[in-house]
Amino acid sequence: MNHLAEKYSEEIQAILAKYPADQKRSAVMPLLYLAQRESGYVTKTAMNEIAELLGITATEVASIVGFYSLYYDKPAGKYRIQVCTDLPCALRGAEEFLEKLCENLGIRVGETTPDGMVTVEHVMCLAACDKAPMFQVQSGEGLSYHENQTVESAMALIQSLKKGASHSNKDGHP
Amino acid sequence: MAKQVTLTIDGKQVTVPEGTLIVDAAKKAGIDVPVFCYHPKMEPVGMCRMCLVEIGRPVIDRATGQVVKEADGSPKVQFGPKLETACTTPVSEGMVVVGASEKVKAGREDILEFLLTSHPLDCPICDKGGECPLQDLTMGFGPGESRFIFDEKMRMDKHVPLGELIYLDRERCIQCGRCVRFQSEIADDPVIGFYQRGRSLEIVTFSEPGFDSYFSGNTTDICPVGALTTADFRFGARPWELNNAASICSQCPVGCNITFNTRREARSGGRMVIKRVMPRQNEAVNEIWICDKGRFAYHFTEGGGSGNSERLTQPLVRKNGELAPVSWDEALQVVAERFRQAGSGLLTLAGGRLSNEDLFNLRQLTQGLGGQTALYTQMAGGDLVAQVGVGQGTNFADMGAGSAILVVASDLHEEAPIWYLRIKQAVERGAMLIVAGARPTRLEKYAAHVVRYPYGSEAAAILAMLNSLSAKRPNLPEPVQALARSPELQAAAKAFAGAQNGLVLYGSEGLGLEGSQALAQACANLLISTNHIGRANNGLIAVWQRANEQGAWDMGFRPRTDLAEAMKSARVLYVVAADPAGDDPSMAEAGEFLVVQELFLTDTAKLADVVLPVEAYTEREGSFTSGERRVQRFYPAVPEPAGLKADFAVTGQIGQLLGLDLEARFASKVMLRIASQIADYAGLDYVRLAEVVEQWPIVGRGDVYYGGTSYENSQGLGVQLAPAAQRGAAVPLAWPEFASQSHSQQASAEGLLAAPINRLLDRGQTVWPSTLLHSRIPQPYVALNPADAAVLRIPSGAMLQVTLNGTARLAAAHLDENVPQGVVLVPRSMGLPIFGPAPVEIRRAEVVSA
Amino acid sequence: MSEYLLLRHRQIPDIGNLTVYRQNEGFQAFHKAVTSMKPEEVTEVVKASGLRGRGGAGFPTGLKWSFIDKNKWPHYVVANADESEPGTFKDREIMENNPFQFLEGVMLCAYAIQANVAYIYLRGEFWQIAAHLDRKIAELHSAGLLGDNLFGTGYSLRLYTHLGAGAYICGEETAMLESLEGKLGQPRLRPPFPPSFGLYGMPTVVNNVETLTNVPLIIEKGAAWYRGYGTEKSAGVKIFSLSGCVNKPGNYELPLGTTFRELIYEHGGGIPGGRQIKAIMPAGASSSLIVANEQALDTPMDYESVPAVGAQLGSASVIIIDESVDIPWLINKTIHFFKHESCGKCTPCREGSYWMMHLTERIDKGKATWKDVELLKDVATQIRGKCLCALGEFSIEAVLSGIDRFRQDFEARVGAREMIETQP
Repeated sequence: MNHLAEKYSEEIQAILAKYPADQKRSAVMPLLYLAQRESGYVTKTAMNEIAELLGITATEVASIVGFYSLYYDKPAGKYRIQVCTDLPCALRGAEEFLEKLCENLGIRVGETTPDGMVTVEHVMCLAACDKAPMFQVQSGEGLSYHENQTVESAMALIQSLKKGASHSNKDGHP
Repeated sequence: MAKQVTLTIDGKQVTVPEGTLIVDAAKKAGIDVPVFCYHPKMEPVGMCRMCLVEIGRPVIDRATGQVVKEADGSPKVQFGPKLETACTTPVSEGMVVVGASEKVKAGREDILEFLLTSHPLDCPICDKGGECPLQDLTMGFGPGESRFIFDEKMRMDKHVPLGELIYLDRERCIQCGRCVRFQSEIADDPVIGFYQRGRSLEIVTFSEPGFDSYFSGNTTDICPVGALTTADFRFGARPWELNNAASICSQCPVGCNITFNTRREARSGGRMVIKRVMPRQNEAVNEIWICDKGRFAYHFTEGGGSGNSERLTQPLVRKNGELAPVSWDEALQVVAERFRQAGSGLLTLAGGRLSNEDLFNLRQLTQGLGGQTALYTQMAGGDLVAQVGVGQGTNFADMGAGSAILVVASDLHEEAPIWYLRIKQAVERGAMLIVAGARPTRLEKYAAHVVRYPYGSEAAAILAMLNSLSAKRPNLPEPVQALARSPELQAAAKAFAGAQNGLVLYGSEGLGLEGSQALAQACANLLISTNHIGRANNGLIAVWQRANEQGAWDMGFRPRTDLAEAMKSARVLYVVAADPAGDDPSMAEAGEFLVVQELFLTDTAKLADVVLPVEAYTEREGSFTSGERRVQRFYPAVPEPAGLKADFAVTGQIGQLLGLDLEARFASKVMLRIASQIADYAGLDYVRLAEVVEQWPIVGRGDVYYGGTSYENSQGLGVQLAPAAQRGAAVPLAWPEFASQSHSQQASAEGLLAAPINRLLDRGQTVWPSTLLHSRIPQPYVALNPADAAVLRIPSGAMLQVTLNGTARLAAAHLDENVPQGVVLVPRSMGLPIFGPAPVEIRRAEVVSA
Repeated sequence: MSEYLLLRHRQIPDIGNLTVYRQNEGFQAFHKAVTSMKPEEVTEVVKASGLRGRGGAGFPTGLKWSFIDKNKWPHYVVANADESEPGTFKDREIMENNPFQFLEGVMLCAYAIQANVAYIYLRGEFWQIAAHLDRKIAELHSAGLLGDNLFGTGYSLRLYTHLGAGAYICGEETAMLESLEGKLGQPRLRPPFPPSFGLYGMPTVVNNVETLTNVPLIIEKGAAWYRGYGTEKSAGVKIFSLSGCVNKPGNYELPLGTTFRELIYEHGGGIPGGRQIKAIMPAGASSSLIVANEQALDTPMDYESVPAVGAQLGSASVIIIDESVDIPWLINKTIHFFKHESCGKCTPCREGSYWMMHLTERIDKGKATWKDVELLKDVATQIRGKCLCALGEFSIEAVLSGIDRFRQDFEARVGAREMIETQP
């Protein structure tokens, strides 16, 4: 039984329709996002299911998960707060921001809060260099940018996330 | 022929076909360019950057299009500012390649230093040490000391089983991707891949079981470091301690050329033992690959396993109801006396794993006494292969556009993996593949046409193809008429007939002797009618179940459909390399006197009056004739164990005691007799069989980094026989009789028909002793359609009692939608007595508490 | 700037609305092209405009289109919206705010090479932008601007977005194609180039978002009009992404040939705290460090002039470094980036970036000696000219220029180490 295929049959059809019929493999990345939305990370079962949908091997699917940094093969916090600390952001205080944020949350970079809600990570450039410090929030609900942040604004956001308030921008783009 | 291009490499002028890569052009000129990722059998990727060279190209005047000349009249050559990769750059006219310069040397040293930064340098405990490209090239280009701090090395896992057969040492891996590319490009089994990226790249498998491919062992040959090793050989020996002996794989009719690596070792009691099997290059047969069965199943020759796999060591004669050891003299005297008394009552039953020399002597002996011979097999048609078999010079490598290949009643991936590989490659070069079968098989992925027929209509389907081209034979039975009207079949027939070259491989899936004989005849008719005979790359190939069944047919052996009766009525039964009683308990009733000549104390041997122990093929020399009718020599790999004789010698000595003129000492002399008495083998001798010519790519020399550790062939490429059609003999059409019973008539009361299928890894006597393979061999099972299973209330995996040919056995139920309804697939040599299509009864076995 | 050509939303705030975009001549170029121009004519106009690729390489756009292999079909367009170079954030602003002009550019390119399908490959982090573009694409279908038989001409076109998943290397066009095919984003060997062997092995044009956004106005107003902007060899306008130690970071659309000084001091508002400018990285992390002296500041930012001061214009992501920044710290940052983003396919980049990272880390932490600085230089030099693609080749630019041009910073770091070593 293919859980993904049954639960998301329409969405999967729409994804497959983007690519030529003999190039189904192209759909592996969108399908991995789908699987990740389902479980917060890509499970081995999901890899097998995607492989079956696309007529490729589970190993080929897993390779994609391993190569790209936005796919996860292990669970983490419900929300991944990913702070850009690359050069331009670092020049605008992103490293201190990250450090203070972690201090406030009582965790180290890469760790998850004890309640399992928030994992804080540092990531490479997110193309928001003029609005540093900034971070993205990744979760089953998708991905959103939060720019020109202070530790206070970030903590407020985290509090609202923990309370279950939606963090996504209403108009769908920042 | 491709346009030729002339260039200069390190001052040497080389002329090669257009499109040749510099690295290969250099190799042809005897210049070794160091490589890690490049492999001559795979597409270049330019990853490792080790093959850097300086490349100069003639300056072309834009206005005139002419080469600009220097003052002295020589062409002006412009070198690029950067070093370029010789493995990705094709040659061009007037190109000047420099590999022997300080700049190039420095470039290669740079790359090597990078590769060594994270390498653990654990050569003293590495299996690859001694035949390691990285080790060798480090000697050539490596820095004397490391500038990389040891503590900063990337540490990774060292003993990672990718499956039961292949181990990975992640630290040693240099990310060249050869293994990953082999599995995807060559084997089309992409079950290993890269995980992560950058310096964290690592090889992983997510298949179930791990590294699930019949070709996995080849990756250890082409791995340029000690990252991939086989579970069979790792920590077994150092390469420099090994001797090598040329041989031929005895596991299937492909006849892969192999090398046995042997060593005399303390842990084996000072004996010389086989440590591993390596591919030996034969570009017309197996290139530089072998399948995992060929690589790992050799252990049956060692004995020492459990059950019947213990090797016999001395002749046994039944005394007071017990088999008792006796001297060879006594045993042979007893046998000779019995044979003399039996005269025409002697029936010699031989198996297809015997060599040509053994079979020839058996035939001479039996005929000399007026007795009868029989081949122990479930597949027929070898006489037709001798008539319209593939022409001399046939090579799958030469097949491409214009060639049609028809595979019928065979799951080649299971039955002859290397043919599967080579046909896949032929299709990639443009050959047209037709797969005719009763169920989907892996090979169909590459087929231009698939012909689906019901089990029992194998020959009919081929005749239907023939009839759709021109009504050769009127009044074909109705099922054939119906098949002939299928558009897919008609298209396939037309494509086959229209191809320049046509080749048919037929197998024995779903068939017994009668069915396979009929199928062979139907295939022969198709080939004759479409004029695809008597030429290279045309004709018939039988996918035999054993390595030398074609040789047995050529030596005059024929199977018989009344074997059980013949065995019972024989005055003396001489069974050689066959175990009918083990395969089918109903065959246990032998005649008056039973002589068994064997490696093991088989079920049949246990019933014998005399048991004659023989040498394994690894302990002697001889020859096999492959499915493509290539006669190939094998050489002794290990010394003959004391007290054992080769089969041909035993038979020869019995014959001599009976006053017959048989050769009993030298296999080579038996071959001379074969050559003088068997027309197809005229002119053959061991010297001719040992001849070699240089093959491309050049592998197995000092530069193991180029082609891997596959052995160069220096001991014989073999000789392909010409079929009768090629020698000018007339080959008339003949019309097979259809089995009188239709499918439904053959089925059991439940309406179920058992159809035999062939699996690569089975529980046969020459596989099972290799315990390493047990994890890959399923429990005894039968496969049936879920719809049938639902009717019979059989859940997947249920234990069944399967009654076949009067014998009830336990087997697990595999449910598979690809199995046609009404059919139960029964794998051969998997513990169930199946010989051909037969009625079968299945029911759920009583649950027995453990 | 009198008039924006690309960041037009700054003048027409609702240009992201289809009606507003059409009121401002939107899709007139596409209509004109499809109904009255031969595909080759579109390419010719783009060629004549002097437009060069804005993704970094600066390759003439029209010339690229003209290379498309007409003997193999179908053809594809892939818009490169993988914007990942540290310091670059211009394509994002276009797609968020002026999406239709970008999409029209994609459509014109597709028509010019007679592609019926175009993909927009966005970096995975642009998840919301992809959703935004999907809605815009749906509007175009409703408006009859995408789909079958456009304007009754028989030409049909579909656009699809495709999200990457966090891999800088996918900005390299062949790695992007591999990724779009569902494989690891590792660069292919070139040649063959995408116009002959691209997506699914078919002829393909890959162009950057900004490049394509130029095309509608070029077709509408003509090549000569476009050449009125910029310099002779670097025609047109460019979006300069200004970041780092500057008062007003952001995107600035200026004619090519504008000087660094004008960008930094007139538009960017100068250096915070009145500090001195120290260095400029004009092409993001892939850039050499330019010593920000008077001559450098007066250098025009175009494809020809920037190399004269020892760097490349690239994607014009101008990162400003002031006197408070230590260069060993900076190159440690850039090398961490390249080590993280190296795809691992070729040896020098995979091993070299890992090695350099250990060295820059030690140097930055003051745990190195001058020998380590020398070694770093050796390793970087050893990488040069041997990589499979530009990522590895560019990873060393900041390192080598940093050591050469800011030697005193390294000496200071090593000096600290040597002092520690000599303490009892």
